[in-house]
Amino acid sequence: MQNIPPPATRSVSLRVNGKPAQLEVAPWVSLLDALRHDLDLTGTKKGCDHGQCGACTVICDGERILSCLTLAVMKDGSEITTIEGLGQPGNLHPLQEAFLEHDAYQCGYCTSGQICSGVAMIEAGHGKTREEVKDLMSGNLCRCGANTNIIDAIMAVKDGNHE
Amino acid sequence: MTKNKEIGRARRRIEGELKVTGQAKYAAEYNVPDLLHGYIVNATIVKGKIESIDEAATRAVPGVVDIIHHENRPKMAYFDMQYSDMDAPPGSPFRPLYDAEIKFHGQPIALVVAKTFEAARYAASLLKITYTEEEFDVNLKTNLDRAKKPSMGLATLIKPLPPGPRGDFDAAYATATAKFEGEFHHGAQHHNPMEMFASTTVYEGEGKLTIYDKTQGTNNSQLFIGNIFGLKMGNVRVIAPYVGGGFGSGLRPQHQLVLSVLAALCLKRNVRVSMDRSQMFTYGHRPETIQHTRFGATADGELTAVNHVAHSETSRYEDYNEVVVNHAGMLYPAQNVTLDYKLVPLDVSTPMDMRAPGGVTGMVAVENTMDQVADRLGMDPLEFRLKNYAERDHSSDKPFSSKELRECYRQGAESFGWKDRRPTGQPEKRGNRIVGRGMSSGLWDVIALPGKATAEFNAEGKLVVSSAVNDCGQGAYTVFSQIAADQLGLPLESVKFVYGDSELPLSPIQGGSYTTGVVGSAVKLACLALRNKLFKLAQILDGFPLGDALPQDVDFMDGEIIVKKDPTIRVKLTDVVAFNQGKPVKASKSNIPNVFKLKQYTRAAHAASFVEVEIDEQLGIVNVTRAVTAVAAGAIMNPKTARSQILGGMVWGISLATREESLLDKKMGKYVNDDLGEYHLPVHADIHDLEVIFVEEHDEIINALGAKGIGEIGMISMAPAIINAVYNATGKLVTALPLKVGDLL
Ligand code: FES
Ligand code: FES
Repeated sequence: MQNIPPPATRSVSLRVNGKPAQLEVAPWVSLLDALRHDLDLTGTKKGCDHGQCGACTVICDGERILSCLTLAVMKDGSEITTIEGLGQPGNLHPLQEAFLEHDAYQCGYCTSGQICSGVAMIEAGHGKTREEVKDLMSGNLCRCGANTNIIDAIMAVKDGNHE
Repeated sequence: MTKNKEIGRARRRIEGELKVTGQAKYAAEYNVPDLLHGYIVNATIVKGKIESIDEAATRAVPGVVDIIHHENRPKMAYFDMQYSDMDAPPGSPFRPLYDAEIKFHGQPIALVVAKTFEAARYAASLLKITYTEEEFDVNLKTNLDRAKKPSMGLATLIKPLPPGPRGDFDAAYATATAKFEGEFHHGAQHHNPMEMFASTTVYEGEGKLTIYDKTQGTNNSQLFIGNIFGLKMGNVRVIAPYVGGGFGSGLRPQHQLVLSVLAALCLKRNVRVSMDRSQMFTYGHRPETIQHTRFGATADGELTAVNHVAHSETSRYEDYNEVVVNHAGMLYPAQNVTLDYKLVPLDVSTPMDMRAPGGVTGMVAVENTMDQVADRLGMDPLEFRLKNYAERDHSSDKPFSSKELRECYRQGAESFGWKDRRPTGQPEKRGNRIVGRGMSSGLWDVIALPGKATAEFNAEGKLVVSSAVNDCGQGAYTVFSQIAADQLGLPLESVKFVYGDSELPLSPIQGGSYTTGVVGSAVKLACLALRNKLFKLAQILDGFPLGDALPQDVDFMDGEIIVKKDPTIRVKLTDVVAFNQGKPVKASKSNIPNVFKLKQYTRAAHAASFVEVEIDEQLGIVNVTRAVTAVAAGAIMNPKTARSQILGGMVWGISLATREESLLDKKMGKYVNDDLGEYHLPVHADIHDLEVIFVEEHDEIINALGAKGIGEIGMISMAPAIINAVYNATGKLVTALPLKVGDLL
């Protein structure tokens, strides 16, 4: 059996959570694995690796994307925001705060994706009604069944009546 | 006793900030140095033997470090007992990579270890395996004649087999005025927690391991690994503070745990093994079950005859059993009852507990049958249940330790507006949709087990409570902190709960809704013992400040011991610690259930769900538009997280009734929808107006907290209520779950 040559790595420059990040990655590395492993930003979750659950949602150049369906090399030059960039303990984003208030999570594993997805949806001005928000958030599964609390939290921030 | 300030108070989760900021770490997120990645190779046949493994192409992939399978694995234990775990049913547990035999489709047969995850995954796809295939059978329906009684074992202690017959069912059924005979079916279901199974094993040197595992029991994983690999228990440390959902899937150690440890021991390196989503369909599942019911009632609505029989699948190597048929005889006082529960061994992996195991399965058949009988009597379904309300458990002839189901019915019906329900066949119309309303009762047995906790008060004025227990999102950490705070009259901020580590005081696996009752009671007892110790030390402080005050003469409040009669006499708890030479004052306590006392009662949580559905008449699509679940589960520790637990259960009920099923192709012997695109879970757009009511219930019997637990009860009454609501709208009884669009056309 002949040895298969290793895939050549490529340089990728990103801005992640406002800071430059330089990666040397093989083309087959997903943005999700690059974030979680190479950059140790494990706040972004892997729930399926197939674009079917939304746990890996990050905000890329203002849009919510599934980082598991994105190769890191595709995003050279992009601006990425992950859950770690939205807020930290003691300095929370309003939607993170609303998730606490509305108990919009249980195990916490879909939570990063829900919050990134919700933030990008609100910032894009989408989702006029509760029904629309439910539709627009339906790419983010929650197996714990925190659905109603998640939508409550998003509505509270959208309508501006969060503390 | 100091009054409770924290127990019963709505509190945010203590680990909340970590979860919403992505700081809480799960098993696959410990990026330890020099980490190797293992990828599991699964059998592509259902039954037979591995003949050969051709490694050449796999080894040729750059970065591949090793390939481990049954031919080259290190030594593993020989006896079945050594592979047992806290949730193992009777039988001979599956041993990953042990030998060439294939017992079920997707069985792990090799592990490819590489420097990167991508290389391991790619190389795993190149492993060439040849098999000799044997004939297999995974068909429950065609094998009912092979059904057998489940074997008895440790697991049957907390999952009792059905009680023997009472009265004369045949005679009562023959003479009943209104009767219904039904057959109910659901296929297998998989837990599919959002986090996929993963273990990161850190090789600490000669036979010493630290394992970050996805599990519902750190001690369970520790014992399992220690036994299989002959390691000293003290050398195996399992850490699992955050778990991305369990629902029962983590009650038994999963394949990736054994495989990551195997590789770490072989290579003396740090190894992570993560499953992919399709591999999440290669271990336990809720078993496919077929049920038969025959219920009969007299003309005035007295339920006299109950017959409930269930057949469930199990594997060929273990007898997984659950309590499916026992509950009708507990819920209703019918005097003529026969129950039966049998297993059919098939070529599948052993089923596993999945949220409300057995309980929800059985309740669907019982409560859908109840509505059919009510329908034939021309009686309102709620009235029929009230007419047959059991004040006592007739199946075991014992009193209930407490039972506020009547209040669940009353408060649930009122909040829902049950009186607006229309008779079946005359549905209200909303545009092109028709509306149906249905209800159901629910019941879940309270399980008592021993658990342990340690409490210490330190010089910083903090109460540190610890237990090896972990939390998959139930809210246990917060609840335990609240319980602890109240015992010493401290604010919640002064309590630190330490958890999710096998080195801490032993905890059982967390499941079956018993964790609050078991570990929470241990926390309470440990804190009370600590309180006692602190008091005794305070008594002998210089100058004897407490005088001749007895324990009952003082309050513990905000870090001080205060004499009730003269509140100017106070001793700071930190002064007691100082007196103890600055060393924390510490107490450990086990919660040992008083089996003798408990045995005299039937102990169960109850619930009632009321559901409204809208059905598109042309498309047959069912939408659960509104539901109320009223729960009587004893004391509620934290209404905020408890409500979430019940909401989660309600969503699971909606899913069971209308969405999820693992489709087992009987010819291929495999689940064909093994991903989240094809395994349907409800999305946000499917979930509408859900309301939770906690009915007041006091129970002095069940445990030190009077808490029955709420993990399962929220799910149990939902699915049958949905099916009853669909019947109310359409006059069609759906008997195979999940209901499909075609059922109603
Ligand atoms: S991990 Fe990307 S959608 Fe599931
Ligand atoms: S909080 Fe557990 S999956 Fe959503």
